[in-house]
Amino acid sequence: MNDKMLMRGSHVIGEAAVRAGCRFYAGYPITPQNELTEYMAGAMARLEDGTFIQAESELAAVNMVIGAAMAGARAMTSSSSPGVSLKQEGISYLAAQELPAVIVNTMRGGPGLGNIAPSQGDYFQATRGGGHGDYRTIVLAPASGQELADITRKAFDYADTYRTPVMILGDGMIGQMMEPVVFPEPLDLKKLPPKPWILDGAKGRPSRIIRSLLLDVSVEEDQNWKLVRKYEQITREIPAAEKYLTDDARLVVVAYGTAARIAKGAIKRMRDIGLKVGLLRPITLWPFPNRILVEMSRWVRHFLVYEMSTGQMVEDVRLGLEGRSQVHFYGRPGGVVSTPEELSKVINTLYHRQNLQEE
Amino acid sequence: MATKVFEWPRYLKKAVFHYCPGCGHSIIHRLVAEVIDELGIGERCIGVPPAGCAVLAYNYFDVDMGEAPHGRGAAVATGIKRVLPDRIVFTYQGDGDIAAIGTAETIHAANRGENVTVIFVNNGVYGMTGGQMAPTTLIGQNSTTTPGGRDIRRDGAPLNLSEMLGIANGSAYIERTAVSSPKTIRHTKKALTKAFKVQMAGLGFSLVEILSPCPTNWKLSPVDAVKWVDESMTRYFPLKVIKDLAPDLK
Ligand SMILES: Cc1ncc(C[n+]2csc(CCOP(=O)(O)OP(=O)(O)O)c2C)c(N)n1
Ligand code: SF4
Repeated sequence: MNDKMLMRGSHVIGEAAVRAGCRFYAGYPITPQNELTEYMAGAMARLEDGTFIQAESELAAVNMVIGAAMAGARAMTSSSSPGVSLKQEGISYLAAQELPAVIVNTMRGGPGLGNIAPSQGDYFQATRGGGHGDYRTIVLAPASGQELADITRKAFDYADTYRTPVMILGDGMIGQMMEPVVFPEPLDLKKLPPKPWILDGAKGRPSRIIRSLLLDVSVEEDQNWKLVRKYEQITREIPAAEKYLTDDARLVVVAYGTAARIAKGAIKRMRDIGLKVGLLRPITLWPFPNRILVEMSRWVRHFLVYEMSTGQMVEDVRLGLEGRSQVHFYGRPGGVVSTPEELSKVINTLYHRQNLQEE
Repeated sequence: MATKVFEWPRYLKKAVFHYCPGCGHSIIHRLVAEVIDELGIGERCIGVPPAGCAVLAYNYFDVDMGEAPHGRGAAVATGIKRVLPDRIVFTYQGDGDIAAIGTAETIHAANRGENVTVIFVNNGVYGMTGGQMAPTTLIGQNSTTTPGGRDIRRDGAPLNLSEMLGIANGSAYIERTAVSSPKTIRHTKKALTKAFKVQMAGLGFSLVEILSPCPTNWKLSPVDAVKWVDESMTRYFPLKVIKDLAPDLK
């Protein structure tokens, strides 16, 4: 079944998760991600060894995922912003207990109950931990149907490889958009690398403990440094970004997910009228693709960060560049999605104000 | 020839308990380990320790143990059991853990009929955090957050979680016992055995609530503490079978 299919983004994640060997899903309804929960209900019911649970809360869902991960399953939960706030307790424990799991956040307008329109207001929460303690979460930001399929597979692989929670950060637009997609072949579960740490009863071996309580401060410190070394390895191994028309660009827009789609439209318009503008689209938000940014700063003096928020990723761009180039920001929060025309005007104005046009 | 009449339970590690003298957790740990041994399920058991005084239970039980966040034992156990339905999964939780922060997880696990066993240690206070009021603190009982005694109008009445769970459709066996005397201790072991057997038979959610002394936070001697279990706690929390869908299973 490798034909091209036209599918809604949320369904793509679900189908890709099943093909990646996800056999446990627990979730709680919240718009705009119900399509994923519903898809998993159907998909797990069709599998002999699949489990779907509509949990009583997001807290319960993520804790069920903790149990499933301890027992060795590829496990996933999903939600939207207010629900992901509740999942943060579990995400902190997953990181501390070094358990693999995939968490999908289909962001909506906030803070508070906000609205159900696409937004990027959860960037800080996703990339800065969100839960308590000294940990990082791998955060992947897909921008198209095909990428959703590919990234979901990767999310499960990263989770297992590094024994850490992985978040797929999308929004209502990406979740609802129908696009053609080709799925990877389903993984043979038997061929996945063994997990010699899981809890499945101590038959023929010493009993095991999965925990995060380390009362001795020096033991907790050692564990924290061990996690840091793992995070450093992840930072070396997985940063990814898409570059679009950046080779000769004088101004590069930095945007992810839905915002990057809009930015691409604006950049095409700008190119049509002769402005040398390009796009840098981070695909991993943590680890942030700093190296690519720094490389680009050799010829790009101006970056314009565009977000569907009041400015969150812009801080990572500034940190990454460490003053090498100028960083400008444009964003609209609350679930407002800018049009490419609107963004074109912003780019055009900035381009001319900074005298970037050809002499 | 001498016959051995008493020995260290196979599934209890040779570690020194950190529990206070006279604490019920020590007795209950031993009972659980004995039951696991007698049922021959030690090599397919997975335990879920709580936040609370028993947080270090994984240092004592010699079976696979996976820690849950405070109150979430039933959800974590659900995840484990659904992935490995032929294993025996139990949680071990205090009253603060199970009846305050974890009420929702517990009621819904029971209602779904999750085939897990819950060991619910009711000592009427938050032991680990220093003796604050728990949902099970008795009316008039002093705690660090009810200095003049629990006031029903301000603090509500003690919560009968086990009775609530008895109403849940998916619960199969719920009994309240105590560890206040050799007799109640022997009976508690029977109840624990039955709870695990209910799980082994796939009948659904099983729970044993055990009234347990906390001499330290009750500010009573161990002897007075067990007396207080018998004389005060059992008046609000009567020892009885609350639900039993398998009366013939012994
Ligand atoms: C989210 C969260 N809130 C609070 C705590 C602090 N805490 C640890 S144990 C506990 C209460 C334990 O009381 P109980 O369950 O009755 O067990 P006992 O110590 O009496 O055996 C609390 C409130 C925590 N660990 N996590
Ligand atoms: S504080 Fe109470 S419950 Fe905790 S170990 Fe001491 S006696 Fe036991």
